[in-house]
Amino acid sequence: MDLSSLDLRAIGAWFHNLLMGTGMSAMLVQFIESLVGALLLLIFGLTLVIFLIWLERKLAGRIQDRLGPNRVGPYGLMQTMADALKLLTKEDVTPFDADRVTYNLAPALAVFHVIMALAVIPFADQVIAADINVGVLYLMAVGAIGSMAALMAGWASNNKYALIGGFRVVAQLLSYEIPLVLAMLIPVLVTGTMRMNGLARAQGDYLGLGWFVWTLPLAFIIFFIASLAEVERAPFDLLEAESEIVAGYNIEYSGMKFAWFFLAFFMNSWVLAAIGATIFLGGWQGPFVDQIPALGVIYFFAKSLFLFVVQAWVRTTFPRLRIDQMMSFCWKFLVPMALVLFGFVAIILKLHLPSPWEGIILLLSNVAILLVGLSFLGRSQRKAVYASKRAFTPTIPRM
Amino acid sequence: MLQQYGLIGLLALIAIAFPFVTVGFTWLIRPKRPDPIKNSTYECGLETIGDTWVQFRAQYYLFALIFVVFDIEAMFLFPFAVAFNSVGLFAVIEAILFIVMLAMGLVYAWKKKAMEWQ
Repeated sequence: MDLSSLDLRAIGAWFHNLLMGTGMSAMLVQFIESLVGALLLLIFGLTLVIFLIWLERKLAGRIQDRLGPNRVGPYGLMQTMADALKLLTKEDVTPFDADRVTYNLAPALAVFHVIMALAVIPFADQVIAADINVGVLYLMAVGAIGSMAALMAGWASNNKYALIGGFRVVAQLLSYEIPLVLAMLIPVLVTGTMRMNGLARAQGDYLGLGWFVWTLPLAFIIFFIASLAEVERAPFDLLEAESEIVAGYNIEYSGMKFAWFFLAFFMNSWVLAAIGATIFLGGWQGPFVDQIPALGVIYFFAKSLFLFVVQAWVRTTFPRLRIDQMMSFCWKFLVPMALVLFGFVAIILKLHLPSPWEGIILLLSNVAILLVGLSFLGRSQRKAVYASKRAFTPTIPRM
Repeated sequence: MLQQYGLIGLLALIAIAFPFVTVGFTWLIRPKRPDPIKNSTYECGLETIGDTWVQFRAQYYLFALIFVVFDIEAMFLFPFAVAFNSVGLFAVIEAILFIVMLAMGLVYAWKKKAMEWQ
């Protein structure tokens, strides 16, 4: 069998020809193709999330020296299905003085924003639902709906814990959107395109050394930390800190509406991991991907699941931050570093250096900015420690 | 291009309708036994005191304000980044000046202690 014919694009072409063969008008064919594509994305997202929830629970179990789910099905694989069935049949309790419209709209919007983000993720070369020329900007616009949904849920529940969760949404999700967007801006600056497929294609040189994680490691670090905050994972899980505000903004939700928040959380983690894999880890790039395009799917899923696993690892390892630490880390460390990095990268690219040297200079400047930033951070930390020690030293009254 | 936006439009319709459809479906099979205690606000067993919808703290508002400035900055920088290869060194310096001006706003907020959590 010729492996090079193993291509997902061929399926799309085959489907197109099949529909054209029935003699329908071109408009109708386009409509049906779009509809099938959209439904496929939705089904893909929902099935993937079942696997992701199992994966994260199993991983968290192993890391915390437990077994994780192991009863329902082989290796506990059917556990998520059982949970979904349970949530389907649960009573849906609406608190009596909740703001009904907003309360019911919030879980739908939470799901809406992650499914919309799936549309611009390239699974392999040109296997992308909508390769629009404003891909990164679209992700940014769609991502903002997520913080809206969390704020709406917190506000509409008429619960003080939920409201505090909603306040923290404003503080955290909005603040960390800035370093996230600035970090995504830097690869766009290097490649000069906002197409997600174009960003992945631009990283094909030098057998994986052309990935932006090597030339722009600082941008990747900023992106990864900000994405941890955007998906509400520990150490940034103040929005749903169980020990402080019970469950945060989704406390009053039960049954299927809670299930939608839960699903949106896991899918959002994977979507951000997939964006990180596409922008910084080369997306579908890998060995022999030019000869066998279908390998791109495997590379892409390997990379995005790797980032997802690292997220889950961080979540199970680190303790929670305080809100003032979290906010000052964003505004006083991540944002200034991202801005300085943007300026440096813009100047270095305008020097028009020959190809490998440009990458090396970019790497060096990234490391230099990171080291300078870390030394500033360490100095301010030491100052804070001294100040707090001085504040607690008992003053001996003078005789 | 139009077909791709058509797909996004269809996906938007499906993605917003799907949660409502499933919630409607569960309405058919789930138990419905509301009672005043079950439907009361959940606060770990205590009855809730006072109004929930209080005023936001001004602290959050300050962060939202800085956010708007930087979000708009990012909006302006994306077109610049796409057109980067066709602009000269002068435009790069101009873009850096633009960032410096906004960074001055950040420094101002920093010095005014708008970012200290009180």
